[in-house]
Amino acid sequence: MTKKYFKQTWDVFPFLILGLIGVAVFVIFPLLKGIYMSFFEYNVLFPKESIFVGLDNYIRAFHDQKFYLSLRNTLLYGVVTVPGQWVFGIFIAILINAKFIKNKVLFRTVYYVPVITSWVVVSFLFKYLFSDGKYGLINFIFYEKLHLLTHPVSWLQNEWTAMIVIWTLGIWKGIGWVMIIYLAALQSIPRHFYEAAAIDGAKARQVFQFITLPLLKPTTIFVIINLIIGSFNVFIQVLLITNGGPLGRTEVLLSYMYKQAFNFFDFGYASAISVTMGIMIFLVTWGQQKTIGKEKIEF
Amino acid sequence: MSLFWKVVVYLLLIIGVFIVLTPFLYMLLTSFTQDTFSLPHPDELLKAAKSFDNYIEAWRKNDFQRYFLNSVFVATTTTVFALFFSSMTAYAFARFQFPLKEFLFRLFLFTMMVPGVLNIIPQFTVIKSLGLVDTYSGLLLLYVGVGIAGNTFFLRGFFERIPKELEESVIIDGGGKWTIYRHIYLPLSKPSLATLGIFTFSGAWDEFFIALTILKTEAKRTLPIALQLFQGQHATKWGLVFAASIIAIVPIILIFIIFQKKFVQSTTGEGAVKG
Repeated sequence: MTKKYFKQTWDVFPFLILGLIGVAVFVIFPLLKGIYMSFFEYNVLFPKESIFVGLDNYIRAFHDQKFYLSLRNTLLYGVVTVPGQWVFGIFIAILINAKFIKNKVLFRTVYYVPVITSWVVVSFLFKYLFSDGKYGLINFIFYEKLHLLTHPVSWLQNEWTAMIVIWTLGIWKGIGWVMIIYLAALQSIPRHFYEAAAIDGAKARQVFQFITLPLLKPTTIFVIINLIIGSFNVFIQVLLITNGGPLGRTEVLLSYMYKQAFNFFDFGYASAISVTMGIMIFLVTWGQQKTIGKEKIEF
Repeated sequence: MSLFWKVVVYLLLIIGVFIVLTPFLYMLLTSFTQDTFSLPHPDELLKAAKSFDNYIEAWRKNDFQRYFLNSVFVATTTTVFALFFSSMTAYAFARFQFPLKEFLFRLFLFTMMVPGVLNIIPQFTVIKSLGLVDTYSGLLLLYVGVGIAGNTFFLRGFFERIPKELEESVIIDGGGKWTIYRHIYLPLSKPSLATLGIFTFSGAWDEFFIALTILKTEAKRTLPIALQLFQGQHATKWGLVFAASIIAIVPIILIFIIFQKKFVQSTTGEGAVKG
């Protein structure tokens, strides 16, 4: 038996080893090391001089007002943008999938363009569109032309208006991804399901409620989990649009963590923030993760 | 369906297209306009003379060409290595039996569920202890390393669908596992390898977080970092910033539009479209 295993390992070794080392060194080891570092006052220049501090970094986070503010902003970003992207994304997918729509590929491509555009570029773009004064495009449209605003808004100078800019960007950029996943799922539903429903005299709403929606369930779980995980990743747009301002009011967990590590070189505390975040994501998505891949419907 | 509803659906889709494209058109318009130091009046933007001057200036300024070439190098190298490593690993999981196989694969799956950005600090210390901070080797190792699990997962599914009988022709000719991998699996998986390649390329091209952390020397910067530099130095010369931005995003958008019909998807779209 051992001989057989040895032979198998010997055969697969050359194919497996590089990938295994890659994952072990750059993903799994860092994961464990991050947890380890969070228990230290970590000295990045002389790691051996790091001081073990037990749970101090976590206790510090527990009492840190700025940590709570970043946490609140990260969670709010998820609460707003996950449903936002999802609702618009599935809605547009259903519209594009309607039988009479021509140029499906054209619509799909256009809606997908924001997804493939770099975060850095769209962050500049939104900063520009939401500029202060009368001539920022958003103020121009909603104040000068449509008179929906009573005065030109200084979007980035106030906590909540700045938040609106960050959320809007998140939704605007993410819709296309949700759309493309749902479009693929919708197109993979076999036509005979709909034909059978038509023979039974089902109305459009019934078809949607009793055939389309249930068959889309695995897709929905996949999409929602990815959107939630993605929402915790909010960082670049905050860094480039507000840089946490005004007065740190729009800071999110990642930007706060990044500043602790690379501006203040407080790697231990930053790691504790990371680990806390990882645990939260794990708890939010754990129950669902187990179902991914298992809940496949055979046609 | 009645004509009324058809018109409504089309109208909604076109309003959506308008919302998606307006920011891009406005960016394009700004990039063709000179003297955009202060915020230009939207009406005047439409009227002002159009030229490519910003593009020429952006291309020549701030070592932009160097950054562009840096990005070409980093993205291409990442793609080549990622495809090589991932296809070998996927082949190992698809066509070999070995101890701990399913455990290892589960471990791979698990790492995919941990958001990558959380690892950035310990990854930085790993790269630091290897002495690779501020080198492309360090950057490339991280790009390739963090992608392997997801890519392997994506490719394994496709490799397993290739009929095993095809291997027999190679075996009869006396070929080994390497020959099978090179002459059966790689050629037959071109569509999935191409899909993976495109997503890896664009991912590396746009990557900001790791590049910001690992690269320190100005001359080594990739485009996303360089763009940030542009914005800082020319605080409000938006025409120039957007000309540079458009040069940076056009290659990726073109690649996607050209290849979009050829994309393949695994069962629910995991892997290739993650993120």
